[in-house]
Amino acid sequence: MWLNTTWFVLYVVIIVGYAVLDGFDLGVGMLSPFIARNDHEKRLLLNSIGPIWDGNEVWLVLAGGALFAAFPFVYASLFSGFYAAMMLVLLVLILRAVAIEFRSKSENPTWRKTWDWFFFGSSLGITLLFGVALGNVVRGIPLDSSGNIHTNLFELLNPYSLLVGITAVAMFCLHGAFFLTQKLEGDLLDRAKGLIPRLMGVFFVLATVLVAWTLTADTYIQDNFMDRPWTVVFPLLALLSVMFAWKLNTRGAYLAALLASGATIALLIATVAAGLYPVMLPSSTDAANSLTVHNASAAEETLKVMFVMAIIGLPFILLYTAGVYYFFRGKVTLDEESY
Amino acid sequence: MTAETLHRIQFALTASFHFIFPPMSLGLGLVLVILGVKSVRTNDPKWRQLSLFWTKIYGLIFALGIATGIVQEFEFGTNWAVYSRFVGNVFGSLLAAEGIFAFMLEGGFLGLMLFGGTKLGNRMWLFATTMVVAGATFSATWIVMANSWMQTPAGYEVKDVGHGDQAFMTSFVDIMFTPSFINRFLHVMAASWMVGTSLVLSVAAFYLLRKRHVDLAKTMMRVALPVFAVTAIFQAFVFGPNQAVTVTDHQPAKLAAMEGVYQTDTCVPMYLLGWSNSATEETVGVSVPCMLSFLATGSFDGEVEGLEQFPQSDWAPVNLVFQAYHLMIDLGTIFVLISVLGVGLWIWKRKLFHTRWFLWIMVSSIVLTQLATLSGWWTAELGRQPWVVWEVLRTSGAQSPNVSTIQVAISIAMFVVLYAVLFVMFLWLMHRRISEGPQDPPSEDEIESLPDSFGEIFRKRTRT
Ligand code: HDD
Ligand code: HEM
Ligand code: HEM
Repeated sequence: MWLNTTWFVLYVVIIVGYAVLDGFDLGVGMLSPFIARNDHEKRLLLNSIGPIWDGNEVWLVLAGGALFAAFPFVYASLFSGFYAAMMLVLLVLILRAVAIEFRSKSENPTWRKTWDWFFFGSSLGITLLFGVALGNVVRGIPLDSSGNIHTNLFELLNPYSLLVGITAVAMFCLHGAFFLTQKLEGDLLDRAKGLIPRLMGVFFVLATVLVAWTLTADTYIQDNFMDRPWTVVFPLLALLSVMFAWKLNTRGAYLAALLASGATIALLIATVAAGLYPVMLPSSTDAANSLTVHNASAAEETLKVMFVMAIIGLPFILLYTAGVYYFFRGKVTLDEESY
Repeated sequence: MTAETLHRIQFALTASFHFIFPPMSLGLGLVLVILGVKSVRTNDPKWRQLSLFWTKIYGLIFALGIATGIVQEFEFGTNWAVYSRFVGNVFGSLLAAEGIFAFMLEGGFLGLMLFGGTKLGNRMWLFATTMVVAGATFSATWIVMANSWMQTPAGYEVKDVGHGDQAFMTSFVDIMFTPSFINRFLHVMAASWMVGTSLVLSVAAFYLLRKRHVDLAKTMMRVALPVFAVTAIFQAFVFGPNQAVTVTDHQPAKLAAMEGVYQTDTCVPMYLLGWSNSATEETVGVSVPCMLSFLATGSFDGEVEGLEQFPQSDWAPVNLVFQAYHLMIDLGTIFVLISVLGVGLWIWKRKLFHTRWFLWIMVSSIVLTQLATLSGWWTAELGRQPWVVWEVLRTSGAQSPNVSTIQVAISIAMFVVLYAVLFVMFLWLMHRRISEGPQDPPSEDEIESLPDSFGEIFRKRTRT
């Protein structure tokens, strides 16, 4: 059924939307202790994402809803199977939202410092946890024949998945640094720019190790790339766009470099998706238990209705996202309404 | 304690906590739109001053609404996996529609609204605010739709195509407009407007009592009181009773639990206060004779089905439902009294702003409206038990089989601690904001200089 594949693609688009957009504001959170040194600078960083972080996070909410609607079996199996990890995700998501909102509401320095740490820690936690989750999906998870996952937090924190997590951290930090070049001025801007080459190096090394590991380990993804050699274009394009980002960075074309780092994120996610398709959750116990776009999807009728909704809704979403980004373009300044 | 009970406790806890915030933002949103319209009409900076003040509070409320809402979005999967697989074809689409049509609109324009007070002219700021409020209202529409489907499911059939029993969509329109949806939606919206306006009334009354910001406080009251009074009256005389009729028609076992009716009878009384003992099958209390028959059927000797018609295993926790329901109804009646008194003091006696005892009642009104909405949900949700989807899927067994009781116990503990801390901080920050009061208004010239049309924003506007 073409609808199942279409929904798989749409789902990947939503994940990409989340990673590319929330990616930089998570990056800003992780970079803030390294770039901002005093209260004024902290506020500048916070306000660089102030008006847009919520809109970015809505992509995650959308990802939750769309997964429930289009692939209810994945929604049910994945989230109940990763129960403890999901609760941690919810914890850090809540802490981050309130850290952003609460931080500047009191002048007390201890209050502000505490929330600064929460902002940093929760941004790091979200990135790491989502990376680890993705790592586990790629590795395969112990799905039984009724679609239930039996695992625990410690099994999820295996070296491979942790590496995916750390790579995601480096990637979002880099993305965030590129974003900040658009928002900061003076010293702060120099500090952000100064971090880029190092972040780039770290990300490149981690990503190379990760790719090598994925290719040598016996994963489902690897067989898939063998069967469909053309899908190699995704990782190749990803490599190309990292190099582009590097080149643009050395030339000082930061806005273009930001777009290139966004493209890198999108292409890396596309790589994973192409490697997995048609499987969504590969089972590590028995390949027959894997959840695929066919056996885990909603019925055709539902997919159709949802498809119509997506077609109506997405243009509006893109329109006002673009409008709001345009409105808040340019360097941040602080006024009474700022966080 | 069984795993099922723990899952239920966690869901009830997180949903109840989430629902503290959306009604406030829905209702306060309405007030902000009114303030914005006034600002456009009169150009008096006082309206913008009020908008700026309430927008900050709105931001705080909204942030908590978002933080707690995300938990709800994922909790069906984490805690109710069997349920999620069963209803995925039907229920998931409503939740996804909420994301596509409502949250994106809210999330997109929220930044413009929260940060627009110093960047946008009156009309554009009103536009941004209206979009956020529309988004919030759509959100309530879709989620109440989803909830209504669980109460009065329609537009589906149950089949087993190899994954066990599942609900399949037969008509999306029927799924959206289940028999209880329209009435429930009106009731929830009116409730939310009452909660939001009572927040404004509480703050205004507090200022009047403390003799601070007196003029602004009077203005706030003039805006909020009429809305509150009208919705309170509609709630008690139209939307609320309509809800009761819907329940009678579609969930008679729930109605019986709400009023503690055990024997099917005619001329059944309606209680104002009481106690229902399901072991002895007796309900005692203060009641109006034959009133329930009248409300439910339109005739004083209409027949009301009692719980005896249903196997005991299908009974909701009768007394809990009874108490929650009557708390809501009694509060609803009290709101009508408050409204009549308030409007009376205002129009006939012109003493509204000086009657201290009444102002104290107004200060407490936000707590009362919150209590009413909460008890309303508890009535609806507890009254639905033991079904998670009314007469289709039982709650017991719908939880995630692979999540251990220990895990749920830990996550409940986490939410209790986290939500308690957040709630205390929320109250403290609200208190600070309210004690600080509105800032000085911007001058008319300043407002004039802000971009106030799409053209000005996107063509001429340059930022440094
Ligand atoms: C879209 C669906 C939906 C919506 C809008 C709500 N709930 Fe709900 N609620 C459920 C879907 C649900 C559920 C998943 O279906 C639960 C879990 C177990 C059950 O029987 O129903 C539930 C259970 C549940 C219970 C426990 C009943 C019991 O099992 O003893 C309470 C007290 C509430 N909810 C309270 C609320 C409140 C205060 C809400 C206001 C926001 C609310 N619910 C909205
Ligand atoms: C269990 C059911 C519910 C789920 C899954 C849910 C989900 C969510 C989510 C994910 C958000 C955050 C959106 C964002 O990031 O911007 C949110 C906020 C919101 N929800 Fe809920 N919600 C539920 C119940 C309700 C109910 C019953 C209502 C109203 C009748 C409601 C109204 C709102 C509104 C208006 C917001 C915007 C934030 C705010 O106003 O505080 N929600 N909800
Ligand atoms: C005195 C008048 C009122 C009557 C007769 C009334 C009636 C009802 C009924 C019968 C239900 C249950 C629906 C169900 O179980 O499916 C309900 C639910 C509810 N009530 Fe009321 N109510 C009144 C006043 C209020 C007030 C004043 C508020 C809040 C300010 C409120 C908020 C709610 C909410 C939030 C729900 C849950 C959502 C729903 O199921 O619609 N009610 N009400």
